[in-house]
Amino acid sequence: MSALLQMNGIRKQYPGVLALNDVSFGLNAGEVHCLLGENGAGKSTLMKVLAGALSKDSGSILIDGKEVDLASPADAQHNGIGMIYQDFKLVPELSVAENVLLGSEPRRGNSPFIDFRSMHEKVRSVLAQLGEEIPTTAVVSSLSTAQRQIVEIAKALSKNVRILAMDEPSAALTEKELQNLFTVIRRLKSEGVGIIYISHRLEEIFEIGDRVTILRDGAFVHSCPIKEVDRRSLVRWMVGRELESEYPKLSLEQGNEVLRIEHLDAGMLKDINLSVYRGEILGFAGLVGAGRSELARVIFGADPKEKGKIYLDGKEIAPSSPRQAIDLGIGLLTEDRNKFGLIMQMSVRENISLSNLREVLKGLFVNRSRENEVAERFKNELRIKTPSIEQEVEHLSGGNRQKVVLARWLFTKSKLLLFDEPTSGIDVGVKYEIYNLINQLAKEGIGVVVISSDLPELLGISDRVVVMHEGKITGTMKRKDATQEHVMTLATGGALEVGSAG
Amino acid sequence: MPAEARKGVQFRALVGELGISIALVIEIALFAILSPYFFTAENILNVTLQTSITAIIAAGMTFVILTGGIDLSVGALVAMSGVIATTILKLDYSFGVVFPLALLVGVIVGMFSGSVAGMFITKFHITPFIVTLALMTVWRGAAYMFTDGRPVWGLPDAFSFLGSGRVFSVPVPTIIMVAVFILAYIVLTKTRFGRYVYAVGGNTEAARLAGIETNKILFIVYMISGGLAALSGVLLASRMNSGQPNAGLMYELDVIAAVVVGGGSLYGGKGSIVGTFIGAMLIGVLRNGLNLLNINSYIQMVVLGCVILLAVMLDQWRTRKFS
Repeated sequence: MSALLQMNGIRKQYPGVLALNDVSFGLNAGEVHCLLGENGAGKSTLMKVLAGALSKDSGSILIDGKEVDLASPADAQHNGIGMIYQDFKLVPELSVAENVLLGSEPRRGNSPFIDFRSMHEKVRSVLAQLGEEIPTTAVVSSLSTAQRQIVEIAKALSKNVRILAMDEPSAALTEKELQNLFTVIRRLKSEGVGIIYISHRLEEIFEIGDRVTILRDGAFVHSCPIKEVDRRSLVRWMVGRELESEYPKLSLEQGNEVLRIEHLDAGMLKDINLSVYRGEILGFAGLVGAGRSELARVIFGADPKEKGKIYLDGKEIAPSSPRQAIDLGIGLLTEDRNKFGLIMQMSVRENISLSNLREVLKGLFVNRSRENEVAERFKNELRIKTPSIEQEVEHLSGGNRQKVVLARWLFTKSKLLLFDEPTSGIDVGVKYEIYNLINQLAKEGIGVVVISSDLPELLGISDRVVVMHEGKITGTMKRKDATQEHVMTLATGGALEVGSAG
Repeated sequence: MPAEARKGVQFRALVGELGISIALVIEIALFAILSPYFFTAENILNVTLQTSITAIIAAGMTFVILTGGIDLSVGALVAMSGVIATTILKLDYSFGVVFPLALLVGVIVGMFSGSVAGMFITKFHITPFIVTLALMTVWRGAAYMFTDGRPVWGLPDAFSFLGSGRVFSVPVPTIIMVAVFILAYIVLTKTRFGRYVYAVGGNTEAARLAGIETNKILFIVYMISGGLAALSGVLLASRMNSGQPNAGLMYELDVIAAVVVGGGSLYGGKGSIVGTFIGAMLIGVLRNGLNLLNINSYIQMVVLGCVILLAVMLDQWRTRKFS
């Protein structure tokens, strides 16, 4: 049987990163092929190449055994490829029917007027094919997430899709909605549609998948029928690489408790209990969306808590704004430094002093010579590569931008520092410098919390690891007990086997 | 970024920095050639006098625009504070009592309006455009209600000094304008508050997470804008020797134009008080020069519009980075 889709030796190079290194992937008609990998493993890049949204550097794509050129999303569409992204591409204020047939509306003869009757009829029949009953006149913004997903699928089907890729379709669904989605997927399968299913939740993969392919660091790791694998080996393939000595580690004595959280509820967070001690690095593991950043934001006063208590140095605190948290001695290095960390048009100097301007005030005015001194000091200490402290941060590289944010928080002299993905998008050399700096902070007696989706990194630098899953803490373990398998099992919602828990 | 590309950006930045001043110099030179009267001390002082009212408002607008906001209510506030101040001036007390009271109450009305705007923007998350559009309508209507649509006449003679007086032949509004700009310059460039204004406009959420009380900053900038608009309203009432409910019509557009021509970005985070001053002067000189050349006001509007477009285009060009 000739495969419906065959991608061979796909390679994609970004400046500084090899996103896809000779990756191959095949899909048969009527098959659900799961694509697995950690964040940044190359799944999305591969799917974007398939959707014609990204051009590949080399490799070939064959459909029905014939090589095709997918230079644009339109090309992909003509070849029967449909893509459902995590954030749906629907127009919220248009009706279901208008969304499904957006861009291919049936018209009355050759007139510019839309033939609404045949439009609704057509969409109704597509929905019926999916076994769904959503009123075609309903406005999309009034639909539930699950229903929107069905509209997306209908939209793909109306374009005679034969290859349908779904990126984390289950992320926002309830269990019941998920079962409904599976029913729809099985129906599509029986009609010969090939489905690429991307998910972090391993249990789903066992339920719906026929075959699984694992990517890691942009490279192909393994591919086999689902029946031949177990959860443990999947996790091992995903996280794979052995811990190397790329993580410098000091062994420090655990000091007093600096932060304690009791029975905290906030938004998605449910009954969070934890302690952070001076002189230790506490790692937060979990998948994207597990609630780790949300927890950090609550501690930092950026988001409100609903219930529970937070103690800093034994005293109860309730910061209601970042300003209050900073004054109490808490700092947060946010994820996505460009969006939440830096003021891009401002200089290195201005970004460093921003959270602690009072230190460089002289009466009413900013004391520039003092401020320059501070900025120069951090520039040298952290080896920030910039032509001058007056350079706007938008002209710096990712690693140096991160150092600027780090400098800001070092300058606030916090007792507790929360690092949210401190090394994302940063090259290896600078990562090492950041690890050393984090160690140094811990040594100075500052409580350090690190959130990272890079599991080897997290295990490499942490003294203890807290694992979160869907807003709850599913486990806490000491460094010596924290293996990648344990952490991934807890992070994907699985339970540890008896006796293996830390 | 490669060194050459950076050089290109720096060159463009330099041209842009100077660009607007160069444009002003060229403009002055041009009118000096075309009209013998233009480049006299008397006329130059005249330009500053004519520009002072909108320039003072533009100084306040600069704060607002730097945070990424806009204040459309300034023109209506000119009228509102004018009619209130003039009404107070007609009270049956000595000038020494009513004058400071009129000035104070006038400015307080402006700051009150600014605090209302600040509240709707920060507490109810309504966009500044809509909030200040509504306030513009409210204050214009209130000014007509307050006066029954008739101007307030019969003011004490001493009051006209504020708008029409001269100190060593320099018009009083010019002196006030210079004082306002010096103060605004110091606040924006030398104080913590000024730094925070830029930070909020550059990236509000990042500023909040850096510990800046962004709502407070927004509150204050609208109060500054409202207060300065009201101050201008009192000055204008003094110049016209009456409180006019239809004063300051469309001023908001002139003022925004001055800030934008001066390099202010409506997205926030970019702009300067010096730029705004030059922007206001550029527009003022243009008006004055075209008047001296006897060019009719319809053509003036068309020319002014084109100049605004050109100035903003120049600004886009200098900030374009990589493409």
